[in-house]
Amino acid sequence: MLEMKNITKTFFPGTVNEKVALKGIDLTLEDGDFVTIIGGNGAGKSTLLNAISGVWKPDCGQVIIDGIDVTHLPEYKRAKYLGRVFQDPMMGTAKDMEIEENLALALRRGKRRTLKWRISKAEREEYRRILADLDLGLETRMTHKVGLLSGGQRQAVTLLMATLNTPKLLLLDEHTAALDPKTAAKVLEITDRIVEKDHLTTLMITHNMQDAIDHGNRLIMMHEGKVIIDVKGEEKKKLTVPDLLAMFANASGKAFTNDRAMLS
Amino acid sequence: MSILNWLGALPGAAAQGIIWGIMAIGVYFTYKILDVADLTVDGSICTGGAVCAVLMTAGMDAWLAMLIAVVAGVLCGLLTGVFHTLMGIPAILAGILTQLILWSVNLKIMGQANMALPSRSFDVLVAASRVGVSLPILIVFVVVLIALLYCFLGTELGAALRSTGCNLNMSRAQGINVELIKVLGLALSNGVVALSGALLTQYQGFADINMGRGAIVIGLAAVIIGEVVTSRLANSNFVKKIGIGYAFRLLGVVIGGVIYFFVYQTVVFLGLDTDLLKMLSALVVAVFLAVPYWKKKYLSSPHKKAAVSAGCTNDAVKEDESNA
Ligand SMILES: Nc1ncnc2c1ncn2[C@@H]1O[C@H](COP(=O)(O)OP(=O)(O)O)[C@@H](O)[C@H]1O
Ligand SMILES: [Mg+2]
Repeated sequence: MLEMKNITKTFFPGTVNEKVALKGIDLTLEDGDFVTIIGGNGAGKSTLLNAISGVWKPDCGQVIIDGIDVTHLPEYKRAKYLGRVFQDPMMGTAKDMEIEENLALALRRGKRRTLKWRISKAEREEYRRILADLDLGLETRMTHKVGLLSGGQRQAVTLLMATLNTPKLLLLDEHTAALDPKTAAKVLEITDRIVEKDHLTTLMITHNMQDAIDHGNRLIMMHEGKVIIDVKGEEKKKLTVPDLLAMFANASGKAFTNDRAMLS
Repeated sequence: MSILNWLGALPGAAAQGIIWGIMAIGVYFTYKILDVADLTVDGSICTGGAVCAVLMTAGMDAWLAMLIAVVAGVLCGLLTGVFHTLMGIPAILAGILTQLILWSVNLKIMGQANMALPSRSFDVLVAASRVGVSLPILIVFVVVLIALLYCFLGTELGAALRSTGCNLNMSRAQGINVELIKVLGLALSNGVVALSGALLTQYQGFADINMGRGAIVIGLAAVIIGEVVTSRLANSNFVKKIGIGYAFRLLGVVIGGVIYFFVYQTVVFLGLDTDLLKMLSALVVAVFLAVPYWKKKYLSSPHKKAAVSAGCTNDAVKEDESNA
């Protein structure tokens, strides 16, 4: 479903601030893979997702989504294949627009926007149903501005928006990091449910090692722009946090540091 | 000077207010909806007027002349859009550049610094000398225009315009070509502005190279006044329920224009120096623009701050707290 070949990205090349953020990443995801990504601060995790979504062009390498080479497609065109949720709950929704308007915008991801009415009656019923599934009481507030919602509610809506028009790839960048533990758990549970239901190929960055172990079928750890650990299947199921820390120290020669990392 | 004189001048002020209110609707589209401050308007309002004057003096029908004026305005907006998106020039500067270009272009269109379009000799749609008929025409005109623009904002494209102004990154992530949308918004806005220029030229009986000087400030003033006047109504439950908030906001902008010209008229009648009016408008606009900033800076605690900018009611704030 996803192939990244030798993706390299350097920020501010040729200056004192030069930063090689990705060093020749090769990564292949099978259809239906749910990959969790962990790594220290500045390891290049967000940069990896940005390379896929096309925020900028990589210095070299190729990104192929479901057989389509998207390396040279601008961000808004790649959006057709991608559902994205960001760390900041404010980032994923238009706060001055209604909940249902946000969903309607998302349903049309990758389609031509025309002079047709922005939302149909049938759609509205569908939105009411999926909002009710969230169990957050949002189905009665569909015409409320998204700006009125709490962070957790906004992330849940963003998740729906990312997956409403089924993407080929779901990209989650620490999408629970800004939430309190209880809300984070709820949003993760919703994530699991949606990913399972639509059999979505997913990349999820998390700062919580235990979450990375508990979710998905494959786990990769990044360090200094490279993938240094890649575990799948049975081996992943048996992992523990101390295992991961030991593997990290072994592979990188350093102790794991991430000021937001949660080791349990 | 009597109160009767003052009253007698009000219909004229209302007509002018509506015409400038149409211009302010253009400003509303860029400044409020697209979140871009577009200074093209100072030039494109004159372009609309100049095109209308030239075509009508050449014998063209008023409606057709206005249509072509709108197209000319759209082209002005496109130019600013190209400067901004394709050439990466900051929006304000892009607008100033177009404004300067239009100074020359407008002179070339008219062939002189001003051009008469007397209502005695030409079949104009509205004229100051016929306020009694002009005012109802303008009212119908503006209502139809608001209805059209309101419908546009309700389409898929209109929603994309609003989301681009609200959250650029999210819009891109939702597959919206935000650069194209910005160009579209600028074009649309300046088309509306040029339309107001064409109406103004017919109404006052001439186009003038200076007719747009400071238009952006009048537009902003109308937008701000309109917001104050209609925010309660536009956000009321009834209006929300039937989903026509934007129609009220656009109407508010026009009402803002009318109020502006009532004040102007009053200033004239009080014998105050009208030369100072632009300065006063600019200062009033400056203060109003500062209010949200000051509120944020001095009046609220960090938590309240977030709640206010998110438009939270007290209940929503409580909900946030219980979630936190
Ligand atoms: N747009 C950018 N411009 C400059 N430097 C960037 C940009 N994005 C990321 N970087 C740098 O690349 C490195 C990797 O960042 P990032 O991928 O955000 O790390 P993380 O693994 O914490 O998500 C960091 O050193 C960061 O400063
Ligand atoms: Mg990151």
